[in-house]
Amino acid sequence: MSFLIGEAMTGGYGGADILHSCTIAVEKGEIAVIVGPNGAGKSTAMKAMFGMLGLREGRVMLGDRDITALSPQDRVKAGMGFVPQTSNVFVTMSVQENLEMGAYIRQDDFSDTMAQVFDLFPILKEKRRQPAGELSGGQRQQVAVGRALMTRPSVLMLDEPTAGVSPIVMDELFDRILEVAATGIAILMVEQNARQALAIADRGYVLVQGSNRFTDTGEALLANPEVRASFLGG
Amino acid sequence: MEGFLNALVVFANFVFIPGLAYGAQIALGALGVTLVFGILRFSNFAHGDLMAFGTMITILVTWWLIGMGVTLGPLPTALLALPVGIIGAVAMALLIDRLVFRFYRKQKSAGIVFVMASVGVMFVLNGIVRLIIGPNDQRFADGERFLVTVRGFREYTGLAEGLAIRLPVAITVIVAVIVVAALFWFLQYSRTGKAMRAYSDNEDLALLSGINPDRVVMVTWIIAAALATIAGVLYGLDKSFRPFTYFQLLLPIFAAAIVGGIGQPLGAIAGGFVVAFSEVTLTYAYKRVLEYLGFQPEGLVQLLSTEYKFAISFVILVLVLLIRPTGIFKGRVL
Repeated sequence: MSFLIGEAMTGGYGGADILHSCTIAVEKGEIAVIVGPNGAGKSTAMKAMFGMLGLREGRVMLGDRDITALSPQDRVKAGMGFVPQTSNVFVTMSVQENLEMGAYIRQDDFSDTMAQVFDLFPILKEKRRQPAGELSGGQRQQVAVGRALMTRPSVLMLDEPTAGVSPIVMDELFDRILEVAATGIAILMVEQNARQALAIADRGYVLVQGSNRFTDTGEALLANPEVRASFLGG
Repeated sequence: MEGFLNALVVFANFVFIPGLAYGAQIALGALGVTLVFGILRFSNFAHGDLMAFGTMITILVTWWLIGMGVTLGPLPTALLALPVGIIGAVAMALLIDRLVFRFYRKQKSAGIVFVMASVGVMFVLNGIVRLIIGPNDQRFADGERFLVTVRGFREYTGLAEGLAIRLPVAITVIVAVIVVAALFWFLQYSRTGKAMRAYSDNEDLALLSGINPDRVVMVTWIIAAALATIAGVLYGLDKSFRPFTYFQLLLPIFAAAIVGGIGQPLGAIAGGFVVAFSEVTLTYAYKRVLEYLGFQPEGLVQLLSTEYKFAISFVILVLVLLIRPTGIFKGRVL
């Protein structure tokens, strides 16, 4: 039994189903990556696990707890962190205020968590007083990840964290994500850059039309000729 | 030299000081409008009548206090009644939100639906105020009238022209500075204030961060109603209270909020002064000022008759929307 698991998820945004008995799971300290062609339901699968759309069938388990009925807000309180693909920072607020807002539900002193985030992303410490809207794309993503880490989640979900950033910045972000995973957090992400993402993944899910097509370790998927031919461009 | 000083005194007395007070009153009103827009995302047309409602309660309490023999000495008794007026306006704003706006929030209605609902609220509030206090002019400023009198100023300076600073004007400026400083401190540094800014910036992310939208909305109404009452009472002390005038104040207040950049508190203040000074400078007859400067103008040298002062707000509004729709401080586009 995995730490976070979306089991046989079926559902959509009202109307036709997008997910068809799709199963995604991730362990603590591991990185799971969802890849697949456009419109395969990658983001939808992740949003379903975060409670942003209702499931007709299937369930979501976090640890021993069935969280299928919880709202996204309650899932944050239960220990899930979510980084949306777009509009994932408060652009008019400073970097530090963004992190403070991430910790909004915490009543205790969160200065140590903020220090950890600054250790992970040193550039943010330098720019802590600058509005997040004035930062570069890669730095913004760091703010977004940092904001989600402020609740000290046990699961971190990232919706295309490297969308629109340069290859160098992408490599750096993946390095940071590996560091986060090393602290024992389960990481689930959806990625367009499938090859690079699978290279750091402990587990990969290839979705096609809302169903699981291939599930294996990242390494094995990269080596699988069928996956290479169909989804990784040879 | 003396001519220049006299010209300056006339200008200060009839343009600068009245403009300063009027600007502060408009700015306080526009702050409420801009906060409601930033958080609730609609233009609240009932703001002028919320001002009237809070002011009306303040006036009734003022009369009652005076009847009981309680006054503030040289200061207007209305300042003592102001907290009660604020509480009344806050209660009314929260009641309206509960009865009207919450319904549309749950429906996730379009912005225009909220605006239309607020127009309805405006008429109802307007009716309530007229039913209770009547449609006529009410004066409720007691205590000293002047901080600096014309005669005192003349005797002190030896100039031909006198400068008067009426007490309500001085109170307006002082209260406005205190209120604005407190509001900015709150928005900038308090936990709730930051949550409000976060909610205004990115509603979805604010919800993801666990910010309680109901609480943010409630605090916004409390602040908006308090600001509306303070602005209304200051305006009433400075001039007089008449329900219809307060309804009309909506125009310069909206102009100010939009000129400054709607959703931007700093912009509301800048916009308030831009609108107020435009109104005052364009409708003042400069004959006397020019005479002291050595000119012999034939007419009154008045650009616009005072009847057109609302037209000035309109023109500013249109110009801003045409040239820079985001306003001075880059607010949202309506």
